[in-house]
Amino acid sequence: MSSTATHGTDTLRVGDREYQAVIGLEVHAQLLTRSKMFCGCSAAYVGAPPNSNTCPVCLGLPGTLPVINRQAVEYTVRTAVALNCEIPEFTKFDRKNYFYPDLPKGYQISQYDLPLSRQGWLQFHVDGEQRRCGVTRVHLEEDTGTMYHAGDVLQSATSSLVDCNRCGVPLMEIVGEPDLRTPEEAREYLIWLRRVLMYIGVNDGNLEQGSFRCDANVSIRPRGSDQLGVKVEIKNMNSFRAVHHALGYEIERQRQVLEQGGALLQETRGWVETQQATVSQRSKEYAHDYRYFPEPDLPPLQLEAALVERIRGELPELPDARAARLRRQHGLGDYDAGLLTATREEADTYESLVATGVGAKLAANWMLGEVARLANEHRLPLQQSGLGVVGLAALLRLLEAGTISGSVAKELLAELYRDGGDPAALVEQRGLGQVSDAGALSSLVDEAIAQGSKAVADFRAGKEAALQSLVGYVMKQTRGRADAQLVNRLLRERLGG
Amino acid sequence: MSFTGGTVAASAAALRDGGVSPQELLTEARAQVERVDAEVGAVLTPTWELAERQAADAQRRLREDPGAASPLCGVPVALKDVLCLEGVACTAGSRILEGFHPPYTGTAVQRLLDAGAVVIGKTNCDEFAMGSSTENSAYRPVRNPWDRSRVPGGSSGGSAAAVAAGMVPYSLGTDTGGSIRQPAALCGVVGFKPTYGRVSRYGLIAFASSLDQIGPFAHTVEDCALVYSAIAGHDPRDSTSSPTAVEDPMEALRAGIAGMRLGVPHEYFGEGLEPGVRLAVEEALRVLEGMGATLDEVSLPSTGAALSTYYIIAPAECSSNLARYDGIRFGMRKEHDALLQMYLDTRGSGFGAEVKRRIMLGTYALSSGYYDAYYRKAQKVRTVIAEEFAAAFERVDALVCATSPTVAFPLAAREDPLSMYLCDVLTLPVNLAGLPGVSLPCGMADGLPVGLQVIAPRFQDARALRVAHAYEQATGWHRTRSPLVAAAAA
Repeated sequence: MSSTATHGTDTLRVGDREYQAVIGLEVHAQLLTRSKMFCGCSAAYVGAPPNSNTCPVCLGLPGTLPVINRQAVEYTVRTAVALNCEIPEFTKFDRKNYFYPDLPKGYQISQYDLPLSRQGWLQFHVDGEQRRCGVTRVHLEEDTGTMYHAGDVLQSATSSLVDCNRCGVPLMEIVGEPDLRTPEEAREYLIWLRRVLMYIGVNDGNLEQGSFRCDANVSIRPRGSDQLGVKVEIKNMNSFRAVHHALGYEIERQRQVLEQGGALLQETRGWVETQQATVSQRSKEYAHDYRYFPEPDLPPLQLEAALVERIRGELPELPDARAARLRRQHGLGDYDAGLLTATREEADTYESLVATGVGAKLAANWMLGEVARLANEHRLPLQQSGLGVVGLAALLRLLEAGTISGSVAKELLAELYRDGGDPAALVEQRGLGQVSDAGALSSLVDEAIAQGSKAVADFRAGKEAALQSLVGYVMKQTRGRADAQLVNRLLRERLGG
Repeated sequence: MSFTGGTVAASAAALRDGGVSPQELLTEARAQVERVDAEVGAVLTPTWELAERQAADAQRRLREDPGAASPLCGVPVALKDVLCLEGVACTAGSRILEGFHPPYTGTAVQRLLDAGAVVIGKTNCDEFAMGSSTENSAYRPVRNPWDRSRVPGGSSGGSAAAVAAGMVPYSLGTDTGGSIRQPAALCGVVGFKPTYGRVSRYGLIAFASSLDQIGPFAHTVEDCALVYSAIAGHDPRDSTSSPTAVEDPMEALRAGIAGMRLGVPHEYFGEGLEPGVRLAVEEALRVLEGMGATLDEVSLPSTGAALSTYYIIAPAECSSNLARYDGIRFGMRKEHDALLQMYLDTRGSGFGAEVKRRIMLGTYALSSGYYDAYYRKAQKVRTVIAEEFAAAFERVDALVCATSPTVAFPLAAREDPLSMYLCDVLTLPVNLAGLPGVSLPCGMADGLPVGLQVIAPRFQDARALRVAHAYEQATGWHRTRSPLVAAAAA
């Protein structure tokens, strides 16, 4: 599956030998179902009062039984299809047994030897290069509760509180093959995986709140070896940056251990953000024996081929394919196409702008420039802003038609984004129409030359940039309405440049 | 007229012809509990106040529309203390559940409530239904109404004894390896374990999920069929409950058994069978033959492996099912500053010896490196056992044999766990195969009741009841009552 063989930056040196890191990622993604995995409680646990979204089933009270959430199964099938997985007809749930206060039943209902899907792959890009990483399996399980410790961790806390609102929220585990070789690849794989899950509407991709979380397995080995080195599992990475830094740190740590002649331990390490380091949590000797066995409360699941085919048919265009189409159809570059397809909403917005007749390149520039800046500033996406997609299209058409200048468009955009309104009416009402009449601008150009003797001298001495201050003068006098290109041309004519 | 020791059918008829009221039935039940239960120990938690309200409600329903009311309307019932009833203490016979009041009612119990049942209390049982004598109750042992120096069987000993002692005309129990049929045999009443998946397990505190099934105790097969009709059927809250329609057992009861082929499993008449039991069961076989059934000897060759198979699968499931008793959210907790010590103290003092033994057995059987040798192999043998039953049922309509190899034994007579496990050697293969099984009185040995077991193919519950009913009607053993009932009538 791997296509990551010869990339310069993945080489490590241990003494005079070349080494290489091997990384596999395990992603847990909560499904956007209304109810929990095995009961009717709401799965919307964020912000709910503690233990309010609970019932006898998700609290694990004696005598209760799980009932499979059909929507969760369909979302997982959708994911499996999007990740090119094989979906066997027969799948079952198993119990994973361990004690922890956030796990009310003392076991997690998960899938062990017959997962819902296996053997898929995800395509992604690193520095404009296409890569592919194998997906070992995608399976379905239930989330645990949330704990609040009076103290850092459970072991040293004076007391701990358990909130069971998250207990039983449907959780997908996506196990990746150890096909990744660098922290950059790992980060890009995650970014693309998250993008796919959000595109197909099964996950909200929130790393901070933990609806999308990642653990990594990393080892290093001599280049060319087909044996895997001693594996270290890394946990507690809550952002793409953390994944990137933690893997970079861990690979270097392992390299140094080997360089100093030491031996690596199979262990679980946690990423500690404040120390920017991984810290040992548990060694192999203390590894859990989960005593998996088939969940006797749930009969095996038979997935009819027709259901899988229906879900396959309903799959939206995926980000990779959509980016390729935007490049082809609108002549966009790799980088722009990637950004414009980062979310389905973004891509939909872009395509609806273009559909209203706005130029593909212009729409891309504005969306990735000013609109992105405003969205970030107001923490509000375009769709929810006063302007909306329709307003933006109207504004850009005014710009394209030459009715308004670029700087007026920029000014109006900021105002409309915040307050809303009709761009054309505003232009009319305030007389913001662009001045593109050479005659009308002529006297202002003369004025600019008269007051800017230093700039004029500089320009004549060969300083191209000096012209900008003269253009700026005219723009200022017209409150941005002047056609900047026309002003530029008029100035050059006058100055004989 | 006294209804103590009477049947559901008789109570239902009298409730309709004005011969008795729900309140009067309740008063009689209460009087009998107060008269004899100090000796028997069947009722762990009486629910008299609740019962009073239910009796009043049943009275209203019977007055308003006696035709529409269920035969169970206004009739007292006792529930094994592994069945959840909202707001009523539920202990599963264990210290670890002290103080637990379920906030919900299980499906089978709810169906009884919907029918107008009057719940008089929760009955004693072996801790988490693990045992065959009810001596494993953390609260007190139950004593056999026929002889108070002897056990009533188990684990549903309280429910069996409550019916045998005339406290209630029927009760609910649960059967994982024989826990309804064996105490029914030892107490001289009828006990019915339906096909796995016929009665919802929602609200049944799990011992071994793939084996547990709820069923009734009563004095007659007809009564058991009435209760079964009320509680059976698909439940969306239990994914292992069958969505197929439930056959009306009352219809089947009338069909008789002339021309039926009954199988006599050779392996069930081995050395461990007490002579008195063998005599009574062989006599029963002759009666069945005399009624027009043909008897065929059949072989179930893997019967000998059933006990060890059961004692891998059931403990494996129980080790996982009982992990939730951690002292955190409900039931008993032994406080300690350190979490691990709190777990250890709570579970160490909350569980009894037999429960701990099975948790350890099951944990071991599921452990990495042992799974294939134990759990996986046991599942394979389980499949073979089920296939052997299925093969036998191609030749015969039902199987007949003893329920228990022995009659009721004295308390403390079986302190060695293995000898206790042997109590269920004739019943647990039925659970492994998920079949329906009835135990009904078929005579006495040394003054103690003997039980006849009828086993039918999966979902042929009505057929098992039909054979049992025919035998019962032909012999009249169902009219015998324990001395505690006779004393009440006197």
